[in-house]
Amino acid sequence: MRTRWQRFKDSYMLHSFLRDPVALTSFIILALLFVSAFGAPVLAPHNPYDPTTVDIMNAQLPPSWEHGGTEQFLLGTDAQGRDILSTMLYGMRVSIIIGVGAVCLQAFLGIVVGLLSGYVRRLDNILMRIADVQLSFSTYMVAIFIGAIVQTAFGVAGYEDVAVPLLIVIIGLAEWPQYARTVRASVLAERRKEYVEAARVIGLPSSRIMWRHILPNTLSPVLVISTVQVANAIMSEAALSFLGLGMPVTKPSLGSLITAGFEYIFSGSWWITIFPGILLVLLILVINLLGDWVRDFLNPKLYKG
Amino acid sequence: MTAILDIKNIDKHFDISGTILDQLRLDGGRITRKRTVVKAVNGVTLSVMPGETLSVVGESGCGKSTLARTVMGLYRPNRGEILYKGERIDNLSSSQMLPYRTKMQMVFQDPYASLNPRMTVRQILEEPVRLHNPSLNRDEVHDKVAEVMRRVGVDPVWSTNYPHEFSGGQRQRISIARALVVDPEFIVADEPIAALDVSIQAQILNLLMDAQEERGLTYLFISHDLSVVEHISSRVCVMYLGCVCELGPAAELFANPRHPYTQALLSAIPRLGGKAGGHTRLSGDVPTPINLPSGCVFHGRCPHAGKRCMTEAPAPRTMQSGVVVACHAVAEGRI
Repeated sequence: MRTRWQRFKDSYMLHSFLRDPVALTSFIILALLFVSAFGAPVLAPHNPYDPTTVDIMNAQLPPSWEHGGTEQFLLGTDAQGRDILSTMLYGMRVSIIIGVGAVCLQAFLGIVVGLLSGYVRRLDNILMRIADVQLSFSTYMVAIFIGAIVQTAFGVAGYEDVAVPLLIVIIGLAEWPQYARTVRASVLAERRKEYVEAARVIGLPSSRIMWRHILPNTLSPVLVISTVQVANAIMSEAALSFLGLGMPVTKPSLGSLITAGFEYIFSGSWWITIFPGILLVLLILVINLLGDWVRDFLNPKLYKG
Repeated sequence: MTAILDIKNIDKHFDISGTILDQLRLDGGRITRKRTVVKAVNGVTLSVMPGETLSVVGESGCGKSTLARTVMGLYRPNRGEILYKGERIDNLSSSQMLPYRTKMQMVFQDPYASLNPRMTVRQILEEPVRLHNPSLNRDEVHDKVAEVMRRVGVDPVWSTNYPHEFSGGQRQRISIARALVVDPEFIVADEPIAALDVSIQAQILNLLMDAQEERGLTYLFISHDLSVVEHISSRVCVMYLGCVCELGPAAELFANPRHPYTQALLSAIPRLGGKAGGHTRLSGDVPTPINLPSGCVFHGRCPHAGKRCMTEAPAPRTMQSGVVVACHAVAEGRI
């Protein structure tokens, strides 16, 4: 009789995690980034969402160690005079919320569709063709289309309020077929196994067999693509913001910060673009490295030395 | 005595031709639709009496497992009827089938695949009890599961462990416990010992036979291990290519096989002190169940095949000894 915690402490998972320096470092960095992003209201020296604290006279100040920089703004300021460090932390929070939210939506849609098409054979053809149609549209095409309509419908001021849920929905809708296909493939493999037949012989209803018996056994690939997809969704959001269809400048994400700075990069204000860029790369890199570790851990056929 | 299970003229065919696009063929300039059907079980008729162990034997691919799964309602038969105590069960919906699920249970072949790897033993065993006895409270369910676990020889202390933490034999015990936990009267055992070590096979067989004695169980025992079948069965049914060749009391069938296929099959049992190569050799291979031979399915390999065997399928005939044989040569007195 062991508790869950004891099981976890003795598990091979923890053992392999603690002995993988890349995974451990990535995890620590990711945890730091998450804490600083969600602790932004407490940790950040300025509040970029509050226009009263922003002084236009501080615009485009260089980082503190450069000539002309001040101690007040560690990483310099942007074109509106907002502290880059604070704006980055707030922006990373927006990016992470959109990334995780979009992946939750993708995962939900994809798992439901994948389970149904894998287990209920009659639905398979129609659902997978819908997924094919969805896949044949580029994410950006769908996003630009919906984003443009909503921006027109709500106007610039209204768009600011709906931007986060809108981006979650857009990126979520655009990428669910990835999940659906992965889940379907695993369901097709699992449903032939005898434990599923045993569940049917017991007389369990199909819905329970799908959710309680098959789904938990298909979750390892879902976990792996989830990490990759979070990074992808954050990148999609950054790309859309860069194109001007993502977060507005007043509520910047990492992507819209990069865009905002892009206009000033040739006038010498490199810090507005470079620092959010480095943070974005770091965030995506550690998520992907963690995803690699999860994939290797869950696939014993890929044991490395 | 009325039979607990009646299988009447069951056919089970599988369409393996895929989607409609896969079925289309270009044939002599014309597009034709061609279906490929595997005829796994063809016209099987047998009845299982209460308290007996009826074994179904035959080589790989002869339809034994398909028959077992059809009986359990995992597959729907294409033709024929299955009756449980006189009531037809092959055309019931899954909710109508529910009351029969507590009476008929199944033990699967592979103990490594038949237990859900993400559920603890307790979850695996409690699920059927909860489903079929919703009135029981937590403790009663708990007690029931613990009692069955003790009966099959797995200490209830291990109920929080996952299946991968057990050995093959222990897993098969858990699998048997899952079948017993709803108090069935009829169990289909689909090669329950084929995936186990020889030493463990004996333990599991003894467990099954003890359970039969205690609970008055009836078994439909699927196996290809002839010596095991001889040991545990009251009656034996020999299948070849989805058809029943011979069906009779175990002692009589093993002592005096009538059907040429049964004779060849039984001669292949290794005997202590027997000479190597002493068995009857059949010519050729088993034909594919996609294109069944006409007439008697065994005629292409049968040393006694005559003209009639190639055109006319033999009907089962009850011999004086009580054995049912489907063979023209036996009926005509040629063997």
